[in-house]
Amino acid sequence: MDGGLAHPRAVPSAPGMDGVEVPVPQEAELTCGTRIEPGKSYGFFTDTTLCIGCKACEVACKEWNALPADAVGLTGHSYDNTGALGANTWRHVAFVERLPGTPEARGTEMPPFQSNWLMMSDVCKHCDPAPCLEACPTGALFRTEFDTVVVQQDICNGCAYCVPACPFGVVEISTGDGKAHKCTLCYDRLKGGMEPACAKACPTDSIQFGVVEELVERAGRRVEALEAAGQERAYLYGAPGTPGATNGLERLNAFFLLTERPEVYGLPAAPARPAPRARPGILAGLAAVAGLAAAALVLGVGGGGGGRR
Amino acid sequence: MPQWDLARSDVVLVMGSNMAENHPIAFRFAMQAKARGATLIHADPRFTRTSAMCDLYAPIRAGTDIAFLGGIIRHLLENDLWWRDWAIPYTNIATVIEEGYHGPETGDGLFSGWNAEERRYSSETWQYEGQTVPSPLAEAWMETGGDFAERVSSLRERPPARDETLQHPNCVYQIMRRHYARYTPEMVERITGCPRGVFLKVCDALARNSGPERTGAICYAVGWNHHTTGAQVIRAGAIVQSLLGNVGRPGAGLLALRGHTSIQGSTDIATLYDLMPGYLPQPHALRPHKTLADYLEVETAPTGWWANFPKYAVSLLRAWYGGEASEANGWGYDWMPRTVGDHSQLPSTVAMRDGVIKGLFVMGQNPVVGGSNSRLVQQGLARLEWMVVRDIAETDTATFWRDGTLVRDGEMRPEEIGTEVFLMPASLSGEKAGSFTNTHRLVQWHDKVVEAPGDSRSEHWFVYHLGRRLKAMHADGGRPEDAAIRNLRWDYPEVDDQGEPDAEAILREINGYRVADGALVSSFQDLKDDGSTACGTWIYTGVFPEEGKNLSRSRVPDGPNGPGTHLGWGFAWPANRRTLGNRASADPAGKPWSERKALIRWDEGAGEWTGPDVPDFQKEKRPDYVPDWSSRPKGMDAHSGAEPFIMLADGRAAVFAPSGLKDGPLPAHYEPIESPAANPLHPGNPASPAAKRWEQRSNPVGDAPDPAFPHALTTFRLTEHHSGGTPTRIVPTTAELQPEMFAEIPTELGRELGVRDLDWVVVSTPRGSIEARALVTDRLRPFAAEGSARPVHQIGLPWHFGWAGYATGDVANLLTAVVGDPNTGMHENKALACGLRPGRLFRANPPRTEGPN
Repeated sequence: MDGGLAHPRAVPSAPGMDGVEVPVPQEAELTCGTRIEPGKSYGFFTDTTLCIGCKACEVACKEWNALPADAVGLTGHSYDNTGALGANTWRHVAFVERLPGTPEARGTEMPPFQSNWLMMSDVCKHCDPAPCLEACPTGALFRTEFDTVVVQQDICNGCAYCVPACPFGVVEISTGDGKAHKCTLCYDRLKGGMEPACAKACPTDSIQFGVVEELVERAGRRVEALEAAGQERAYLYGAPGTPGATNGLERLNAFFLLTERPEVYGLPAAPARPAPRARPGILAGLAAVAGLAAAALVLGVGGGGGGRR
Repeated sequence: MPQWDLARSDVVLVMGSNMAENHPIAFRFAMQAKARGATLIHADPRFTRTSAMCDLYAPIRAGTDIAFLGGIIRHLLENDLWWRDWAIPYTNIATVIEEGYHGPETGDGLFSGWNAEERRYSSETWQYEGQTVPSPLAEAWMETGGDFAERVSSLRERPPARDETLQHPNCVYQIMRRHYARYTPEMVERITGCPRGVFLKVCDALARNSGPERTGAICYAVGWNHHTTGAQVIRAGAIVQSLLGNVGRPGAGLLALRGHTSIQGSTDIATLYDLMPGYLPQPHALRPHKTLADYLEVETAPTGWWANFPKYAVSLLRAWYGGEASEANGWGYDWMPRTVGDHSQLPSTVAMRDGVIKGLFVMGQNPVVGGSNSRLVQQGLARLEWMVVRDIAETDTATFWRDGTLVRDGEMRPEEIGTEVFLMPASLSGEKAGSFTNTHRLVQWHDKVVEAPGDSRSEHWFVYHLGRRLKAMHADGGRPEDAAIRNLRWDYPEVDDQGEPDAEAILREINGYRVADGALVSSFQDLKDDGSTACGTWIYTGVFPEEGKNLSRSRVPDGPNGPGTHLGWGFAWPANRRTLGNRASADPAGKPWSERKALIRWDEGAGEWTGPDVPDFQKEKRPDYVPDWSSRPKGMDAHSGAEPFIMLADGRAAVFAPSGLKDGPLPAHYEPIESPAANPLHPGNPASPAAKRWEQRSNPVGDAPDPAFPHALTTFRLTEHHSGGTPTRIVPTTAELQPEMFAEIPTELGRELGVRDLDWVVVSTPRGSIEARALVTDRLRPFAAEGSARPVHQIGLPWHFGWAGYATGDVANLLTAVVGDPNTGMHENKALACGLRPGRLFRANPPRTEGPN
């Protein structure tokens, strides 16, 4: 008997769990084998080949973070009625139907671990470096001690610079409070030693939470295993040196395993960090302003002139 | 089988279930099997989220499961791919059947024994040669010529006639070969629409993973049950598994995926009208059940474990009745109500409609959404004098008189409906203590963690206090029913100010105790038929073996390097066994068929069966034990040490069922009652002749293929909603995920009708029409079908929706019919015929648009 019947996360006996009166300082160790400590990088590895589209992540996220339902109604896009990530939706499961169009040619055999109905649970990528954070003029967006990116609504002034800065369309200004909102990677739960709500709720471990470096290693092994099983299209998106971690984005702390081109799932093929392009623009702008100011000074029409008084 | 045991399967066939969507937690174990290299197969009318995760998807038209499974049986038999070494000793495949038997292949769809006038079968010709075999189900008694008890006692005189060379023309093997001869891959394709190449791949995957070293599992759910042939579909799956040796072994089995958290528990503790707790038959007024002695005589099987039936029945009476109960009055047997016929949900609905039933309790159910022919259901509710709805929110059923279909369509006005509705708030599972019994018979305790809001109360509280009030009402009456209520044992300690009864006291009663001193019993082997023990449900005995030891509370997993049976996690009835029939994991000599698939084995030194599971066998019965027929052995003494299935009268898996089924000893393909296709196997009897019918003005049923209803219709569930929808349609975060009723239609039909996504369509059956938005998808497909010149399009409707809550829409069950499986009374909402047109319906009173108050 191989003993592998137990869930890989199962522990022989949970110390201090008898009676469950004892507080569990590091619950994440029990639920996903990860100890949560400041100073390390934490993130998600979302393996789309394991996603069954149950949307438990969406519900767990909204319940934990007390996010309202948007009540958008039936979209007609397969089973996706959430539509997109936004101020009130921090996990979103995309559904892509890929069955060929005639009865004769419709697939009955699936390549191993790839479906003819793709499902992917999308989330904030907690980029490194993070364009939203770089665009934020108030410091409302900051990098936490867990290397995640969080908005502080009490500081946010609603300028929305972060919205176009995000290459993935994640951040949104809430119509409720006029502030930016997005996934916090359950910052409050991490502080309490708990696995983020979506990862804990995921029944098939499509969403895996952990230390980013360990997740990247695990994901690499997963790609190899899939290749060995005949699924040769699997690749990582957002891990260092892979598609998604491009144009100034060194890595996405929430990265993905995909089996189709990124655009199929609604992800950009080559996301770009705006800052490097913004810098020359800003410098040029500043130079122009400085030039105009200098010219104004010379012509005596600038604010410095006090002739009118 | 335990769900977690799926991780050890080498092939998993999911059929009649959308497992990934509706059982996502169990499906994780199928995914683990896949990660270890197992082949996953999904056979279904719709390409679902389950199909998406499988290696192979076999599309079949709804209602053709037996044709598909029968084709597999034929393929295994004709190509000699079944596992002879396992199946010959462990099943009745070699047993010889009565000479008078003939199958539907020679009777135009009818088995021998058909009574055309009464439209039912006599099973006399289905019996073993010269022996009458009682059913292993709750009801042993059946109508036979002569004295039943005397007839079945022949099982104590000799073993059933067998021909292990399989040459006897009336041995089960030869009967099955004749029966399934016509279920060729070509015929499977003609009937089911599944391409024969795909069908053969499924056969191959199952056959490849059979034998000493490998096992396969079949997972099914209500996609198999909800047919007029539902019990026979499951039988067909069981036959496949019996031929492949996939019973009682690691990673093997036929896993019934059950819906609600404790639907298994509710059948064990008997919500069904014809069962008492522990699968004991309810006394019946029209059967030889007059006295306790009569009842015990005709319901006790002479051989096998059910010979212990009197101990369980008497102990149940002892648990229920105190007061004046005594041996002289059969421990209160006469106080127990008798059934007089079919009191299941479908005929009860008709009885309400006819004004026979005056009052109704609805607890944790939403029948106007979930009941077949919802208009008939609502007409029934409208004729009640009173109705009590206990639920966590105001359900569609509670508001049928205000917002329901009858009002909307102008059939009745609210002021014309006299039903007095009482809405009682119910608590949720975290707000009360109790147990869940899951699909693997695993009983798991849960504690109360928060107070329920407002006046919400538990079911325990409600039933307990209702009982107390009834007892007070009947305390002095002189009528028989007064005595029945007066003498009920009804003393549960109250644990809080609200008068909540102690849930563990109920579990202790279920477990059983000695009447004299109240000491708990630890095994059902300690139960007696002399009145000295009381037991609420014999199969649960051992869950509370001693004071302070509630095993359903236990939470000790085996850990990654343990055996994986997790005997310390909860309590699995009976006797904490995890895999039923596990004697079959060893060969007749008691040695595991292989080390890879070992479970229990005979330990010659210790003289007992041993292994990581609790043996489902007499612990000290030697594998070479042979009954001494000269002594007329009784009970287990009549089973040899190599007959693994103790609950059956002859100890062998019944690939041929001589009794217990009302529609034939072998599964045969019948079309649904309403089908767009003809039946090429027996055109004279296209649908099940024995199906239950309740003809009604409000329940027209179309028997022949009708050009007005050319499409195949199936109803289904979504992962985002729970059954009747009450727990999810009222919660914004789940309601928004599937916010509205829709109809799934194949791309080809959408193109033909000019229907695009989100367009309105009207779906119709002889019962009526509903409107829904279209979801045009490649996941559904047209099928070529017998007797239909055009392809038959498969339509799918989710049935969760109604008018209450945030996620609303037309009730799919307005379309379904009140027809039933002859064995179970189960409806046929998974397969019927429908028409579909673009457009909307006229409504006398359009639905209210605002949300709940």
